Amino acid sequence: MKKYLRNVMAMAMAAVLTVALASCGSSSTTEEGTTGDDTAQDEAQVLVMATNAEFPPYEYYEGSEVTGIDVEIAKAIGEKLGYEVTVEDMAFDSIITAVSTGKADFGMAGMTITEDRLESVDFSDTYATGVQVIIVKEGSPITSVDDLFAEGANTVVGVQTGTTGDLFSTWDIEDEGLGTVERFNKGADAVMALTQDKVDCVIIDNEPAKSFVAANEGLVILDTEYAVEEYAICFAKDSALKDEVNTALQELIADGTVQSIIDKYISAE
Amino acid sequence: MAEWLAEWKARLIYNFIEDDRWRYLTDGLAVTLQITFFAVILGIAIGILVAIIRSTYDKNKDEMRWSIWKVLLYILNFICKVYLTVVRGTPVVVQLMLMYFVIMASTTNKLLVATLAFGINSGAYVAEIFRSGIMSIDAGQFEAGRSLGFNYTRTMWFIIIPQAFKNVLPALANEFIVLLKETSVSGYVAMNDLTKGGDIIRSRTFDALPPLIAVALVYLILVMFFTFLVGRLERRLRNSER
Repeated sequence: MKKYLRNVMAMAMAAVLTVALASCGSSSTTEEGTTGDDTAQDEAQVLVMATNAEFPPYEYYEGSEVTGIDVEIAKAIGEKLGYEVTVEDMAFDSIITAVSTGKADFGMAGMTITEDRLESVDFSDTYATGVQVIIVKEGSPITSVDDLFAEGANTVVGVQTGTTGDLFSTWDIEDEGLGTVERFNKGADAVMALTQDKVDCVIIDNEPAKSFVAANEGLVILDTEYAVEEYAICFAKDSALKDEVNTALQELIADGTVQSIIDKYISAE
Repeated sequence: MAEWLAEWKARLIYNFIEDDRWRYLTDGLAVTLQITFFAVILGIAIGILVAIIRSTYDKNKDEMRWSIWKVLLYILNFICKVYLTVVRGTPVVVQLMLMYFVIMASTTNKLLVATLAFGINSGAYVAEIFRSGIMSIDAGQFEAGRSLGFNYTRTMWFIIIPQAFKNVLPALANEFIVLLKETSVSGYVAMNDLTKGGDIIRSRTFDALPPLIAVALVYLILVMFFTFLVGRLERRLRNSER
């Protein structure tokens, strides 16, 4: 009986090891893909896309699949270049680290180009424009962006850690002594804190803001924008993939594919 | 070698000196220590209370006559058991978010929320540690106390608990080390504790190694210092032994 058990254990171990080895194998082909080795391009080369699927409509979960504008654009680019794209969902502030350390081939998460980010990664051409807006509760004393910068203001701002909303409000508001910034792991958590009066306003990208306001009664988006920015795809420094993707991206923008994907998710106002 | 050193120096300056980023770590350390301190106190208070109820029940349920006190003891013991099951059966980060988003939805005092969440969580573990200590003391000690004229409470307080405390000290120190490290999840509710401080630096510099190592080192130093203190205390308490 004991011997039988030991056999089963051995088989299980062997199975686990095989799976582990197999997955090692597949990740090494991914790395070959990133080097852009043209001579050995198999059909099933996989690119790993790092994203943070908390950002509708750019990326979010539908069932167990991550979908959205970024994912569709990435897949369209992959199709053009003959790659298969797999999505890895992670915290927003981990995406750049994952890309620069080679854990992912590229990062796409409604990401704006900033000086600091350029220190660690390269960016593609921009493919969409984003706006940082302010969400408040109905009847809030904050009625425009200027209220945040009024003298003697003391606002508690909710943001998602590492987003441009976080970076800008840290510089503009916290460092200037105009209030404090509360950094949440998810935009939705910041919005929930807003509904419970734990923060006075939430600074976040316009599109997810619309989804949050639609889902929560009694919230409004202020008419004035906090900041305008352009989204781009990030790659590890000096990655050969960047030029390939840029070429494909330009073609997709030229033939209207990108616009039609964006229109599909964002109804024109 | 010199090049490598210069590169690291630049990296450290970028991660910690520029924009006063080290402040995220020092401010975070203060928050971590505050949460841990208050949670430890709350944890001990809850732990002793629950442990006494549970061990009183275990020791006396067979001898007690049926009365209002026995019914009360049964009810209290049942409540304690539910508390232990629920708290030990769910992850602390879930408890923390429940506390922040549901139970204490109307408060903005995050330190209070974290203290309650971690204190209540720790209390369950402390309770079982104390109970094991109380149950480990020989029944003869209790009988000796009672025959010397101490009542139940005083026997517990002056004879059983001091001996039990000495026995459970290593396990208790272990629990507090775990608690200190568990507070690292308080970033989930937008508290800027030590770990979150490292996370914020990482989200600014996109460099993982220096802030994570710095955070790890601070925790390590804290735990080593605490272990040293407990070692001293253990030695002091051993003075009464021959």
